[in-house]
Amino acid sequence: MTAYRDAVRTALQTLLREDPRVFLMGEDVGRYGGPYAVSKGLLKEFGEERVRDTPLCESTFVGAGIGAALGGMRPIVEVMTVNFSLLALDQVVNNAAVMRHMSGGQFEIPIAVRMATGGGKQLAAQHSHSLENWYAHIPGIKVLAPATVQDAHDMLLAAVEDPDPVFIFEHQMLYGMEGPLDTEATPPSPWKAAIRRSGSDVSLIAYGGSVHKALTAAEKLEKERVSAEVVDLRSLRPLDRETIVGSVSRTHRAVVIDEAWKTGSLASEVSAILAEDAFYELDAPVVRVCTLEVPIPYAKHLEEAALPQVDRIVEAAKRSVGGG
Amino acid sequence: MTLYISRDHALDLLRQMIRIRRLEEKSVELYSKQKIRGFLHLYIGEEAAGVGAMRALREDDNIVATYREHGQALVRGIPAGEIMAEMYGKANGCSGGRGGSMHLFSAKRRFYGGHAIVGGGLPIAVGLALADKMKGEARVTACFFGDGATDEGEFHESLNLAALWKLPVLFLCENNQYAMGTALDRHVSDSDIVNNPPAYGIPSESVNGMDVVAVERAVHNAAESVRETSEPRFLELRTYRFRAHSMYDAELYRSKEEVEEHKKHDPIANFQERAMSDELITQSDIDTIEADVAKEIAEAIEFAERGEWEPVEDITRHIYARDLS
Repeated sequence: MTAYRDAVRTALQTLLREDPRVFLMGEDVGRYGGPYAVSKGLLKEFGEERVRDTPLCESTFVGAGIGAALGGMRPIVEVMTVNFSLLALDQVVNNAAVMRHMSGGQFEIPIAVRMATGGGKQLAAQHSHSLENWYAHIPGIKVLAPATVQDAHDMLLAAVEDPDPVFIFEHQMLYGMEGPLDTEATPPSPWKAAIRRSGSDVSLIAYGGSVHKALTAAEKLEKERVSAEVVDLRSLRPLDRETIVGSVSRTHRAVVIDEAWKTGSLASEVSAILAEDAFYELDAPVVRVCTLEVPIPYAKHLEEAALPQVDRIVEAAKRSVGGG
Repeated sequence: MTLYISRDHALDLLRQMIRIRRLEEKSVELYSKQKIRGFLHLYIGEEAAGVGAMRALREDDNIVATYREHGQALVRGIPAGEIMAEMYGKANGCSGGRGGSMHLFSAKRRFYGGHAIVGGGLPIAVGLALADKMKGEARVTACFFGDGATDEGEFHESLNLAALWKLPVLFLCENNQYAMGTALDRHVSDSDIVNNPPAYGIPSESVNGMDVVAVERAVHNAAESVRETSEPRFLELRTYRFRAHSMYDAELYRSKEEVEEHKKHDPIANFQERAMSDELITQSDIDTIEADVAKEIAEAIEFAERGEWEPVEDITRHIYARDLS
């Protein structure tokens, strides 16, 4: 069994060993070993040229990553967390996403940007955001949310190989999670959703950290004779409409779980896809289980109440099935 | 003051400045005829800065420019026709009609745009220089930006990062005295912009941006220093924009007298006068250049007029390497 953080590190090592164009930069990725200990030991193996500690200037080091990608490198930029990535949004939205199109296809920006996301550690309102939907809104970039140890590894390899800018959101609660890792197997396409558990009564559609809550909810539901299918979106842009619609066409009910606030969320987008493409398959209204529309509070009981939890998913699924 | 340059050199500098001026004057006409739309930011008055700088750089150097970049693009070698077609929004424009006046690009000429978020190009330039340094390429990345960009956090962050990592960036601040409509002394606490870079350990110098020869010398020296040391340098090119910020600007923030005063330092008229008094060129040379340029611009317009509109079906091209839909 391998920890999620170690799977990311293994992928980083492979990339740094195999491709001289690859380098890693970000805040405290070197001497500190990465804020989540993902890059521990990499400075020693690859040196300061290729494992670069940056100043605290998100906008400029993300922009410099874009520039280095334009200049023929394959940068991996770690922005400590999505919360700090807001300082770099100009470079993401106005440069990374548009330069290929705005130049008539003359330039390519093969950059991979990794960041931690999500709440659950009592880090309060400035360190607990889930803003994947902001990124998934933007044409010109791609967005991945690895929920498993295998995906944490495979998706980073795929992102660096990809000719387009790819943003990877690693849920901060997953870094210590252990799971199987096969570095020899041919990985599935990162742009397709995965059925993590098959079921026939209701589809629980989730991504990132919420996938595991959905799986736990599915186990609980089974005890109550509700067969839940769990869909892991994996890629948030592009969204795999086919798998989403396919699952709901079998179960005829959908609960969408998203750690973002409900308004304007990816859960809303998935719901809209179901309304557009699976309307006549639905036997019950789509239910969204999202974070309450409050800044994430510090106190444990309040934070737990704000974020989507297993019980809320179970309750939503039962409501969906019962309401059919 | 004697110029100390050759006749051919003088003719080239003059020709480049006149090309920019006439292209832009024609652009204004075409804007009023609605052939060109969107934002059109004119460089008129600032030609010496762009021509001096671009002539001092090598063909292999990287260029990152702003939304007021017609001059740099033209001197870099992007054909006038492709620039005009881009402003028309035609498929034969240098960005395929997707960029317009503010977003001129040319990969093969290492012209990385055409950036219209003030300060947003600086981190890109730092990254291009980082790539060159890591690959061992002795190339300079020249980054143009205006005085308004010095207000931005990305300006200070980029200077810091370029100095910290010793990256071969030549920062070229075209100080035209206004951040859109806000005068220099109303948008920076210290209007002596050259005082900023030394705080990051970057050598910094100010040059008369209305004097093409002075700019060319200063940029040449600074670029060679960047090339030798692989460390950043900073130049302030003091210049002045004769026209409005864009075609929408009623110029309520400055007086006509102020503009007229600056027009006495017209970089083209002054250079012609000096070159003639040094007996490097004659009126007949100027007439020849004007005739050549008039022909070039007429052909550029013809090229743009002849250009095709990209089919709407192709609208999703170039968003990703492969279409995702």
